[in-house]
Formats: sequence, structure tokens, C-alpha cells
Amino acid sequence: MASNRPLLIPSPRTPGSNQEDLPYTPISTDLPKPIPANPKPVALMEVNKPVDKSPVPESVLNSSSSQRSISSIQSRASGANSLREVSFSDLGSKPVRHGSRGADSEALSMSQKEINDEDARLVYINDPGKTNERFEFAGNSIRTAKYSVLTFLPRNLFEQFHRVAYIYFLVIAILNQLPQLAVFGRGASILPLAFVLLVTAVKDAYEDWRRHRSDKIENNRLATVLENNQFQEKKWKDIKVGEILKISASGTIPCDMVLLSTSDPTGVAYVQTINLDGESNLKTRYAKQETLSKVPEKEKISGLIKCEKPNRNIYGFQANMEIDGKRVSLGPSNIILRGCEIKNTTWVIGVAVYAGRETKAMLNSSGAPSKRSRLETRMNREIILLSLFLVALCTVVCVCAGVWLRRHKDELNYLPFFRKADFSEDDQKNYNYYGWGMEIFFTFLMSVIVFQIMIPISLYISMELVRVGQAYFMIRDDQMYDEASNSRFQCRALNINEDLGQIKYVFSDKTGTLTENKMEFQCASIWGADYSGGKTSSQGDQVGHTAQVDGQILRPKMKVKVDPELLQLSKSGNNTEEGKHINDFFLALAACNTIVPLVVETSDPTVRLIDYQGESPDEQALVYAAAAYGFMLIERTSGHIVIDVHGERQRFNVLGLHEFDSDRKRMSVILGFPDRSVKVFVKGADTTMFSVIDKSLNMNVIRTTEANLHSYSSTGLRTLVVGMRELNATEFEEWQSSYEAASTALIGRAALLRKVASNIENNLSILGASGIEDKLQQGVPEAIESLRIAGIKVWVLTGDKQETAISIGYSSRLLTGQMNQIVINKNSKESCKRSLEDALTMSAAFHNTDQSSGSNARTHALIIDGTSLVYILDTELEEQLFQLASRCSVVLCCRVAPLQKAGIVALIKNRTDDMTLAIGDGANDVSMIQMADVGIGISGQEGRQAVMASDFAMGQFRFLVPLLFVHGHWNYQRMGYMILYNFYRNAVFVLVLFWYVLFTCFSLTTAINEWSSVLYSVIYTSLPTIVIGILDKDLSRRILLKYPQLYGAGQRDESYNSRLFWLTIADTLWQSMAAFFLPLFAYWETTIDGPSIGDLWTLAVVIMVNVHLAMDVVRWNWIAHASIWGSIIATCICVIIIDVFPTLPGYWAIFHLVGDGLFWVCLLGIPVAALIPRFVVKIFVQYHRPSDTQIAREAEKFGNLRELGGAEIEMNPIFDHPPRR
Amino acid sequence: MFTQQELPACKPILTPPWVITAFVSVGIIFIPIGLASLFASEHVVEIIDRYDKDCVPSNYTNNALAYIQSTQTNKTCTRHLIIPERMKSPIYVYYQLENFYQNHRRYIKNRNDYQLRSRAYEFDVDDCDPEAKTERGPIVPCGLIAWSLFNDTYRFSLQNEVIQVSKQDIVWKSDQNHKFGSNVYPKNFQSSGLIGGARLNQSIPLSKQVDLIVWMRTAALPTFRKLYGKIEVELEANQNLTVLIQNNYNTYSFAGKKKLVLSTTSWIGGKNDFLGIAYLAVGGLCLFVAISFVLLYLLKPRPLEDPSYLSWNINPAGLSN
Repeated sequence: MASNRPLLIPSPRTPGSNQEDLPYTPISTDLPKPIPANPKPVALMEVNKPVDKSPVPESVLNSSSSQRSISSIQSRASGANSLREVSFSDLGSKPVRHGSRGADSEALSMSQKEINDEDARLVYINDPGKTNERFEFAGNSIRTAKYSVLTFLPRNLFEQFHRVAYIYFLVIAILNQLPQLAVFGRGASILPLAFVLLVTAVKDAYEDWRRHRSDKIENNRLATVLENNQFQEKKWKDIKVGEILKISASGTIPCDMVLLSTSDPTGVAYVQTINLDGESNLKTRYAKQETLSKVPEKEKISGLIKCEKPNRNIYGFQANMEIDGKRVSLGPSNIILRGCEIKNTTWVIGVAVYAGRETKAMLNSSGAPSKRSRLETRMNREIILLSLFLVALCTVVCVCAGVWLRRHKDELNYLPFFRKADFSEDDQKNYNYYGWGMEIFFTFLMSVIVFQIMIPISLYISMELVRVGQAYFMIRDDQMYDEASNSRFQCRALNINEDLGQIKYVFSDKTGTLTENKMEFQCASIWGADYSGGKTSSQGDQVGHTAQVDGQILRPKMKVKVDPELLQLSKSGNNTEEGKHINDFFLALAACNTIVPLVVETSDPTVRLIDYQGESPDEQALVYAAAAYGFMLIERTSGHIVIDVHGERQRFNVLGLHEFDSDRKRMSVILGFPDRSVKVFVKGADTTMFSVIDKSLNMNVIRTTEANLHSYSSTGLRTLVVGMRELNATEFEEWQSSYEAASTALIGRAALLRKVASNIENNLSILGASGIEDKLQQGVPEAIESLRIAGIKVWVLTGDKQETAISIGYSSRLLTGQMNQIVINKNSKESCKRSLEDALTMSAAFHNTDQSSGSNARTHALIIDGTSLVYILDTELEEQLFQLASRCSVVLCCRVAPLQKAGIVALIKNRTDDMTLAIGDGANDVSMIQMADVGIGISGQEGRQAVMASDFAMGQFRFLVPLLFVHGHWNYQRMGYMILYNFYRNAVFVLVLFWYVLFTCFSLTTAINEWSSVLYSVIYTSLPTIVIGILDKDLSRRILLKYPQLYGAGQRDESYNSRLFWLTIADTLWQSMAAFFLPLFAYWETTIDGPSIGDLWTLAVVIMVNVHLAMDVVRWNWIAHASIWGSIIATCICVIIIDVFPTLPGYWAIFHLVGDGLFWVCLLGIPVAALIPRFVVKIFVQYHRPSDTQIAREAEKFGNLRELGGAEIEMNPIFDHPPRR
Repeated sequence: MFTQQELPACKPILTPPWVITAFVSVGIIFIPIGLASLFASEHVVEIIDRYDKDCVPSNYTNNALAYIQSTQTNKTCTRHLIIPERMKSPIYVYYQLENFYQNHRRYIKNRNDYQLRSRAYEFDVDDCDPEAKTERGPIVPCGLIAWSLFNDTYRFSLQNEVIQVSKQDIVWKSDQNHKFGSNVYPKNFQSSGLIGGARLNQSIPLSKQVDLIVWMRTAALPTFRKLYGKIEVELEANQNLTVLIQNNYNTYSFAGKKKLVLSTTSWIGGKNDFLGIAYLAVGGLCLFVAISFVLLYLLKPRPLEDPSYLSWNINPAGLSN
């Protein structure tokens, strides 16, 4: 039999040897000839031929939805059950179908590679015992929870100490435990560490408890598993690798499994991977021919799957299966992954290959990418300065201490307050004295302990909290809530919130980002005639075409505007030449695609909707368009399609399908017509299509089509060209044999298939071209305009043609009429270089004239294409491009490849300090998103890869405006202020301690109680800065949106820069001196005792620090009041509590103090004296050199926004929505 | 509202009237307080007599240490103080030590508050080395602070009439009641080789040892006073007060100064002009700043919300940096 059917074995994955198992599978070896096959007006392409055993309809090629997988499906029983009966009943003959697609061949060739035995995992089908004998594969119970009750403490501590901050705390705490260094009591020194550890541990424990709960639910779900030759319910956690499982419709897959068979006779299963990658369209997966007819209950399936080690690549899988002595290779299309759901398939049977934590879904559940914000990087630089400052303080102390010890070395023995000599034992020893050198060393270490909060470790923790709070508000923001997709803003990276306030470059993808990626068929050029009237037709005409099936009305889910003239012509059918072309055109649109129609019930039982599922929105648009013009794709199976042509159902056999690939930029389908003719339909990009169109035919048509194409693309439409050719028997035969050969080839399948495709895709006659509108998203032009006004340079990087890109540029107001366009599209390095130089000189000339004339600068727009970029990026021309680009306010890059996008981002990022932001929605934007400082993913139509790679994700491009101008501005301003304030807050306290040390023989005594020292950064001053960091707003949302220029504050680093840092440090010095020396001089020569003056210092510093913050708060809401005044009250309470312990030296000190007039005078005087310089400077700067923010704030408070001048733009109505909760 | 960050809030703006009001009011508050402090300080009568040098007999001038350490020398020293102004009672008698670091870290921790509080903790002498115990048992009170207890004594007489120095209420009640136990008696105190300072009467509980309690409340600064007692009579101007000093305490080994201080008191404490001056300075400065701002506002007015100061108006054409 094998000899009979060489042609029938289209791919190595489908050896035919188990054809016996397919009782109804006829095998055809000769040429397919179309024969009427169906009682219905559907034609079956079939093959007359000797059959070896039983007749089988063998159809193939479900070219349907999945790009990734079709090749595995070749010969197989025809898809839909209904048709199958028909075929069985009426033929002894059968269609042969082979589909294949070139494009997926990478995966294919990969899986062809021998998997090294050592790297392989061996899974014995239906024999979990043997499978797990040698290696214990992971069971299917999952633990997303990190801890158990026993391991919680050690593991959690271990993880927490991965942070440098905690290590610092720990080292300080440990140092303090050494008896020689014990500056603080043991309890007090451990408290800060214990506090953070406890808070974090409680948070972790809570999260883990929730994970435990969800794990438990997940692990106890039930699945049907084959045991003792029958399927039984089993808990998910008990599933083992090697077991055979059966999942029914809408069931969730419990583990990664290789498909063995499905309810579909062709072995197709549809899965929804929304839990895995967020894509909601259905994907097709295939069972192998060899296994799909096996019934596990009846016969023992045994076999061996050799597959790669578990990895996290959800789009890759390679394995071999040995079954019935044959070896078949398995690819990504044969595996269904944990978390997916079965749809539109009654059941599937599969064998578990990866379970539990080894499943791809679990391996992929990783956190968000980690970036560090610009502000934090700068801050770290200043923290190094602070560390140096700390070291300097410690050095001063220890040097002075050394000098003092040296000068008094003769007195030390008897000095009442030192008493080095210990006479209590007989032999005189030194009490607690380790020699001069060691004393200095110890003094140094002790001073590090005392001054530890100079390094604001708590700042890191506060910043995390603040970012969480900011993220909360960004997520909850109603202006960034996308109603269409019901999705809120997502913060995936938690540590770069403030970068959003400093963006200078925005790199945007076009499709799906600026545009909706909801394609709408707009016009067509058919046989040279331009039909673009559809645009003008009224909404009422959109009902479109419906079809009646079994008394039910089928209607496409999406309505398309139709051109009435074209509709009329197409209805007239084949009677006219024109109508014939039109019919061919729409037939091509309906057939030449990989769309799967799904029938959806509606509330009206007589009406059902057809939902076209597919990966390409262009194809969807075309199929909907075809449906509207009466060519409704109703059914697609692996072997045929059913198209309702003006109410008449016609069945076409899909004989072959050449998938789209990026080299050919076209796809083709070979259709067997009911009248037995065979035609190839090709659709593709104009650049590649015209090269395969037979120019000798219809020169006029080609020319007019080209002209139409040009006008379409210049209005921003996406164009596709459709061509067709009828194949005669010889051609078909030739093609079929080479196609079979190619698809069964073991090596180089992809290339072979591509070659086959190119051979058949030639000498086409042109049918026409389609224009699809890629609609701009709502609010895009306004958003772009705002970004531009804010001084952000917007670069659009797109894969589209130059004309399309420019037209989108105009419609999105990126380009304006006043702009001087510089276009670079050259084919060689030299010409690129020349045009760059020309452009540079020209822009320089413009620049000069502008300067001299003083007129408004004429801005430049640079348009450059991918080909030129090839010659420019990574060469010495980069520098010139950069210079040119930096003079242009708009840059459009068209025809760029994904990696080039990253290269362009890198071009800017490597040469400037400016913050870059990349925004995109598709897999092709991932590299750019990751390269930019801030990556934003649009959760749109093209799947979730961009979102997965992004730092922030949102639903619409226009949300960029509130995100940057409002939240970015706020976040930056808050964070910048908070960092400076925290530096000040800690340093002022350290300095007060330091000044005191100078009056204690450099012995590191602290007048301030040790508990107060510890609580200072935990309770006394921490909450207000966090609250202000989350809640304070320097300007209102309204005014920030109205005047995008205000965004410049972040771009100019106005809230955090070296000048501010040094000013803060100077201010800190003054304030610490005021706080320290005022009481010192007031209490000099008095009976004041240490703890009392310590309490005074504590209260004074806390009040000063909080009032300092209060002075800078812009918006006083009740939370700000509560936190600031509450902190001062909390401090008083703590000081009182500390002073009621009789065993502490400060017992009752505060109560004596409050009876003392001097105390109150000091307490009032210190904050005022300390803060006056700051206040004066602040007022002076605000008055004399007001920042934009300051003026806007005044305008906001008093009045007249209109007078601020500058370009005002009309904001999208969305911004005026009343806030919702 | 909360999630949209639209909580009702007050947003004060520092307008010129506000600024001037603020500075003027600070000045108006501070200057009277400064004046009041100065006035109070002026009314405090204070006599300071440094006696550590003068009380060393002339033959020991170059060897004060030997003099103070010797048990043979006569430590009595007579000083005559002229009362400059009338001093109302109570007159506080302080001793003032300088260059004595009662806040030294070794020293300040060299005590055990448990032991001081309760007899049950008698053996609790942690942190008290090298004055923790003797062969006969633990020292009560242990530690360097107690060991170095100040032991000069003063006797005052006015024209040969002895003036009583009251030790009533010279300690904090809280210390007396809770920090120093009434059942804790000194033990083995100053019995080891090196005598640091005063001895304590072993039959008086610690809570009654007021000089010890005063001493044990360690001073914050290296120049400090400690209350010795109170004179409950008034002293008239130009009276000659004779003080008989037992000069026992050794400050000679570290060049510390000893001073006797007699002072009346006021609401602000002792005589100290610093705060008054500081307040006057701050208040004056505020008034000055207020005036400067008034001038600035008049001479170089900037209307609020003046758009011409906006960066994009200064630097037009949207080519903002």
C-alpha cells in the first residue's frame, strides 16, 4: 500500500501506515479530478483512483487559523462531521488534499533535529510507571506558594536579605552586638531591622496564604485520566507524566500534553490561549495521523515520546514519538499547554508530557522586567556622596578621639569619667581599653553605628511604598480606563514611575498603536476600475449580505460599508465580463486566507452570526468585505471551504495553501472548483505581486491598478493586490508532485515549500487591489499634538510603506503643512551619506535664517526608510543621522524591521541622556520596548507579547497624555522632592548627633535616647513623606493637561538635580546647627541633664523636619494634615512613653522639661530660626524667578487660565469626563 | 474622588500679603519674647566664684595634684563673696564643673539602675566595672558615676552668722520615689583601693541621699552646674558672704574647673542672655525681610500668574528645551 500512495504522504509527520486504522480513509494516488461529490451544491474536489482499502475522503489542509502548525495535518479525513457523512456515503473516491505551508518550517526543521538522548525526556505513553521510573518527573501539583509553615521563616528571611538595604541594617545591628561597640542597647539596635523584616514578612505571608489557597483549588480540580483502560476522574495534582487524559469542550488543560486524538476526525482541536499569552483568538492544534484514530479505552496505546527538557518557550516544542514502530516528529502544533481551554472541540485525548512546575505555563510565570529609574540612578550617585560624608564624619570623630586620648593618656587611669585602671582585682588591669589604635578603630565603627541613618536606607523602602501608591492611582485612573477592552492601566514595572515625568522622545509603533488595527475594507480596484464609493454610502446600507441555512439566517458579525454600485455589479454575476472579474476578486478575498468562520448563536434563534477568527486583521477585513458583497465564507475545514455565493452554497476544495511569509510577502491558495477547474489565487503586497504578474496581459489594467494603488496608499490605506491563474492539468500535476515532495522532505522543508510556492505563483493575471483603512485610534492626533507641545519628540516607526506612513503622519497631525520634509530612501551607503549631508547643510541653513529673521522656526520632519537605515545604523553614518534627527521635530521611519526599531531607539539612547519611551502593541515592537527607558505596551489586537515585555500597559495611545503629563509629572515631582527631603531628614538628625559628639570627648554618646534614634526614621518622620509622596499634587490634572508645556519641568530635571542636592545639604547644615546650638547655648552652665536636652532635641528636630515638609506641601487635604500633625503628636507620645520607664536614664525628664520656660522658648525658636533661610530663599525664587509650575499654580488658584498663552489645544472630550469612582 | 486623587484640599499660595504678614507676625511674636527673656535674665542675680585654683595653698601651687590627693593636707578654704545686688530667696547654690565630661560614653553607662531601685537587684552590677564589686561583695551604688560623687562642701555665713543650706527639694521627686530605692543602702562604697569622691552614710537609704541623686542625673554638657542646696534667706546688696569650702574633689588631674555659683532664678531659669538675643535677632531679621519684600514687591512687581515668565513664552516657537 505504501507504494500506492507516495503522494499521499505529504509530510513526514503523517506516515500513512496506520491508515488501516482509519476505516474510511480511501487513498488516492492519482491526480485529483473534480467530481461532483455532494448532494448539496457544494463541489468536492476529488480523485478518481484506486483505493486501497476503503474509500476515504482525505482532505487536507486546514489552512485555517494557526500560522504555526498547519503542515502537520496533511492527509486526514475531512473536517466537519456533517460533510464527512456526505463524503462517506457517496463516494468511493476521495479528494486528496495536501496543504502545507512554508512558513512554519523553522519549527518543523527544529523538530526534525535529532534530540539528544541525554537531553531528552522519555515519556512512555500510557505508562506513567515506566515513565517516572528512572527520573522522577515533576507531578502535576503546583506550588506557586513559596513557603510552607515550616520553611516560611528561614526562606523568607533568606529572600529578604537579598536586598542590600537589609544587609546594611544587619551589618550595623551585628556590629552593635559586639560588646566593645555596643552603642545602642541590643533591643534598640535590632528594632529597625526587625520592623522592616516583620512588615515584609507579614505582607509575604499574606500573599503566600492567598497563593496556597489558589494552589489548593487548582490542584484539586478534576480531570479525566485513563486508568485501567477506562477514563476516570482524578485530581489534577495526581496526574503523572505519561498518563493519557481526556479533556472535554471548554475544559482547561491540566498539564502540557501531546495530542493523540480529538473529536474531530481530522485531529483538529481549537484552543484558546488567553490564560497563557492573552490572545483571545482560537488556535488550532493537531493530533498526529498515527494516533488520531486510536481509542484508548479499547486498545492499549503504547509508544515513546522523546521530547526536549522543560523550557519556557511557549511557541516552541520539539519531540519525536515512536508509535507502532514508526517515528513521527512532533512540533508546537501538537502540544496543548496547561492553562489553555478547549473550544469548539468536543473532546481531546492527549498524553501528559510536562506536568506541574515543569509546564510551560508555570515556567513562564515570571515577574515583570526590572529597570531602574533615572531618578534613582542619580539618587544613587548622591547616596555615594552621602556615604563619603558619613565616612568623613566618622573620620573626624575618630581622629579627634585619637588626639584626645593621646593628649590625656597620662590621665586616663584616674580620670573620673574615664578610669582606665581597674583596681578591683589584685593585678591592675585596664578596664575596657584596648590600646590607642584599637580605640580609634572602635570609635570609627561606633560612629558608623551612631550615624547609620546618614545612608537613607529607609528611603528605599519608602520609595517602594510610594511607587505602589502611585501605581495604585495610575491603575485606578478613570482617564486611562479603556472601555472598549474593559482594561485598566497596568503597572508591570514598579520602579520607574518617575521616569514617566522626564520623557523626551516617544517612539511609537503605528499599526495598533496610533491606529486601531481594526481594519476596514474601504475600496477596491477591480480589473482596473476603482470602486471607492463605499465610503460615501450611508450607514443604512451596511446591513450587508445574509445567508439562509436550514431556515436560519447567517449574518457576518461585523458590518461593512458597501459600495452600492459594486454590490449591484457583483450580484449581476458572471453575465458580464466585469461581473466575472468582480466575482473572481471577491472569491479570492473569501478564499485566499486562513480565516476560520465560527458560528455564534444570538438571542434571536433564527439568526446566527458568523465570527471570522484569524490572526491577521487584514484578512478578517477582507473576508468580511467579501461577505458583504455576497461571498460569505461559511465553513472551513481542513480540506474544503464552503462559500455562500449570493445565496448559493458552493463548496471548494482547498488543494493547497502556501502560507504568507515575509520573503515572498504573499500567500496563495489552490482551489478546486465545483466545475473541476483548478485555480490558484494569490494575494500579497504590491511590491512583490507586480513581479509575479504577467505583464504581457492587460497592461492597461495593471497600469490603472497601480495608479489606484498609489492613490489608496496616499490616503493612508493599506493595500493588497490579488491575482489569479487557472491551472491546467499538467501544471497542477507538476505542482502537486513537487508539493508532496516538498512537504515530505526531511530537510529544508521550508525552503522547498517556498520554492514550490514561487513556482506556482507566477504569470498571474491581476484581479485587482483592495484598500483597507487602518483607522486612527480615538484621540491620537490630539495626543500627538500635546506631546509635541510638551517638547517631546515623537518618532513613528512603522513597517508600512512610505506613502502610507506619511499619510498617517498627516492624519495624526504629526506632520503639518509648515514642515519641511526631508526624505531619505536610498539604496546604497554612498547615496545615504550624500543625502544625509545635504539634509544637514539644508537644515543648518534653515536654522540660521530662522535665527537671523527671528521668525518662528520652520520645523523639519525626517522621513527615512528601512533600507536606508540598513546602511546607516551601526556605521559611522549613525552620528550624522543623529545630528539630523535631533534637528527635526518629527521623524518617521517606514519599512523598518523589528530589530531596526530597537536600533533607532539605541541611536538616541546611546548619544543623549534624554529619556526615551517606546510604545507599541505587537511582537515586532518587543525589542524596541525593551530597549527604551520606558516601554509601554498597548493591549490591543496583536496579542500580548508587547504587553508582556512592557513596563506599563494600557488600552489606547491617547492615554499617553494623562500618563505622562499628569501622572508622570506628579510622580517625578513627588519622587524628586521625596528623595531630597529624605536626604535632609536623615542628615539633619545625624548632624545633630554629630555636633553633640563633639561635646562628649568624641565618645559617641547620644543625648537623644536610643529608642528615639531608632524610631526617628520609623515613626517620627516616615509617614508624612510617604503620604506626600503619594498624594501631593503640585498642579491639578486639568491644568497639566491644558498646558502640556508644564511637562518640561521633568525634562529639565527641575525637581531633582545637583544644585538642589547641594542646596539641600547646605540647608541641612544650617538647620542642624540651629537645632543643636540653640539649646546648647541656652543650657550651657545649667543643671540640664543629658536625657532632658535629648528630649528637647528630639522634639525640636521632629517638629522642624515636619514643618519643613508642611511648608512644601501644595495641597492640604485631610490626609496630609493627619499625617504631618499626627507624626508630631505621635512623637510626643513616644517621647513620653520612653520617659516613663524608671530604668532608663531619662526617667520623667519630659515632665520636668515642660515645666521649664526655657524649653518652650527653645522649642518655638528652633523651627523658626532653622526654617527662615529656606523660607526666604523659597519666596524669593518663587517671586523673582518663578518656574512654570509656580505660575501655573498661581493661575490655577486665582484665575485666568486663558491668559497663559502658548499654544492651546483642544483636548479630547475624554478629558472632560466627570471623574468616576 | 480618592482614587482619582481629587480629595478636597486647600492649596495655599504664598502671595506677597501672606508672606509679609508671616514675616511681620514672626517678628512681632519673637521680639517681645526676646525682650522678656532678656528682662528675666537681667533680673537674675548670679555670683560665680572659681575656687579650685585659689584654694590650693601657695606651697602646692605647682603640685595641686599632690595636695588634693594627700590625706594630710588641710582642704579647708575660705572665700568671701560680695553680694552685688539684692538676692531674693530662694537662692540656689550650685557647684559648677568645667571640662568634666559627665556625658562621656564610658561614664554615662557606668551605673546600674536596677540596683539603685531595689535591694533585690543588689548583685546586679552589670556595666559597673571597674567599680562593680569588692571582695566583700557588690558595691552599692556601683559604677563610676557614683564612685566619682562630688564631695566638696560649702558652709555659708554672713557676719559670722551661719546660713543654713537647705537640701529640701533639690532632687526630682520622680527620681527620689522611683529611681532610687528606699530600701537600698550603700554597701562597700568607696572601700576599694581608689577613692573617687564622696562617701555615703551607710544607714541612709539611697532615696534619701540627695547629693547622690543629683550627681547621678548626669549632665548633658561638659560645663554643668549641679544643685547643691538652697539658701532660704534673702541677701542684701554689698553684704559680704563668707564661704567655708572643703576642697576635696580632684579636678586638678584633668584641668577641670570648680566654681561655686549662687543664683536666683526666673521663669527662664538662670542668667542667660543668649536666647533673648537670639530671639531679638530672629525677630529683627524677620522684620527686615518683611521690609525687603515690601520694597521688592514695590520696586519690581511681578503680577501673579504673569504669563510672560513662562518658559515657553520666554523661549517661544515650541522649540522648548
